Amino acid sequence: MAQMKLVKCTINGEYTETMVDVRASLTDMLRNDFRLTSVKKGCEVGECGACNVIIDGECYNSCIYLAVWADGKSIRTLECLLGPNGELSDIQQAFVDEAAVQCGFCTPGFIMSAVEILESGKRYTRDELRKLLSGHLCRCTGYENILNAVEKTMNKRLEQKEQGEK
Amino acid sequence: MYDIKALYEAFSVEEAVSLMQKHPEARIIAGGSDVLIKLREGKLAGCELVSIYTIDALRGVKLDEDGAIRILPLTSFSHITKDPIINEHIKVLGEAVDMVGGPQIRNIGTIGGNISNGVTSADSASTLHAWDAIVELTGPDGVRQLPISEYYVSAGKVALKPCELLTAILIRKQSYSGYKGHYIKYAMRNAMDIATLGCSVNVKLSDDKKSVSDARIAYGVAGPVPMRAKTAEERIKNMPVSHETVELFAEAVEQDINPRDSWRASRDFRLHLARELARRCLTESIRLNGGEL
Repeated sequence: MAQMKLVKCTINGEYTETMVDVRASLTDMLRNDFRLTSVKKGCEVGECGACNVIIDGECYNSCIYLAVWADGKSIRTLECLLGPNGELSDIQQAFVDEAAVQCGFCTPGFIMSAVEILESGKRYTRDELRKLLSGHLCRCTGYENILNAVEKTMNKRLEQKEQGEK
Repeated sequence: MYDIKALYEAFSVEEAVSLMQKHPEARIIAGGSDVLIKLREGKLAGCELVSIYTIDALRGVKLDEDGAIRILPLTSFSHITKDPIINEHIKVLGEAVDMVGGPQIRNIGTIGGNISNGVTSADSASTLHAWDAIVELTGPDGVRQLPISEYYVSAGKVALKPCELLTAILIRKQSYSGYKGHYIKYAMRNAMDIATLGCSVNVKLSDDKKSVSDARIAYGVAGPVPMRAKTAEERIKNMPVSHETVELFAEAVEQDINPRDSWRASRDFRLHLARELARRCLTESIRLNGGEL
């Protein structure tokens, strides 16, 4: 008989309660119980970053995170970026504009790391961004366009913030 | 799904100890970035786990009344790097753990797990050795303390008795006051890699900054467990701050270390690295402490 546990958490702003198998990873829970398929199953050992989600403001590879640990936490996946009428967020649009997406498998993970970076409100150098994005593997783009997309969105948001303050 | 037979969750240290007593076969899981990967590889298939990840009382960095820095074992690498106490007194530890894996790994990986799996390459281990850290272990019979050098028994084995848990890492005031340190991780990649060799040095200078009052050096991957190179430390005690002293230090490290050939690097290359990293780490530590070379 599988050992189950009730997990109460907030997913993309919505409070949820669900019974999960204690053997499940958070990737399993988000994909199977909540159909949040932006959370990809890649290497499943915490190396590729395809399953990356934000838990209480910090990025985690959900493939090496027990689903039961999500109890009491607030989790965000790529799906939370969608606007009310299906619009893309600025960082998603930047990935499109910069051709930072080819096969797309690594993209949700990269974008969630970018969200954490952008929400810090800090200005990073290109080298710092490289380090902050180093927990993701992309086999298509060669990373440069991904860096461009994150850097441009960072600059744009900081500009808007400065103008707002003036 | 992970291949787990049963999961027992502890929410306090007492609960963790009693769960381990009830389930003597169970393994402890903290952040899981080692245990869950071994499960995926099938190495721990069918095991029972006691999860301590949700014991919030074991998170954070504090200053004890006697000035000792108390690092609680479930503090993540990224939180150690950001911690104001670490940054003020032992910044090099924050820098060392900022080289572990990648950003997501540094959010889940814990410093207690990093040293308790007994691996020689752990980025925190050499620096904690170099700071003369003390580990505090809590078990059914109470709390005991051990120097970190005695915590490491052999490759993959630490001195935890059955039902015992690492509950703190302490750096005493006399170990850090006046010292400045530097860590170099030599690896093939800048991220998501394991050290070919890791070297951590810290140094205390005389008041006029002209001579070395004390220097400590520790390595990861220079032997089956992290280790100090005490011959080199003794060799430069009270020596003037000079290039000759740095050379003496670097040449003496070989006396105490014993690296091996592995698929990552040969013994000879590791010995070469050990000398070169000792040189660079000592130079930088002296510079950080206001000495001039």
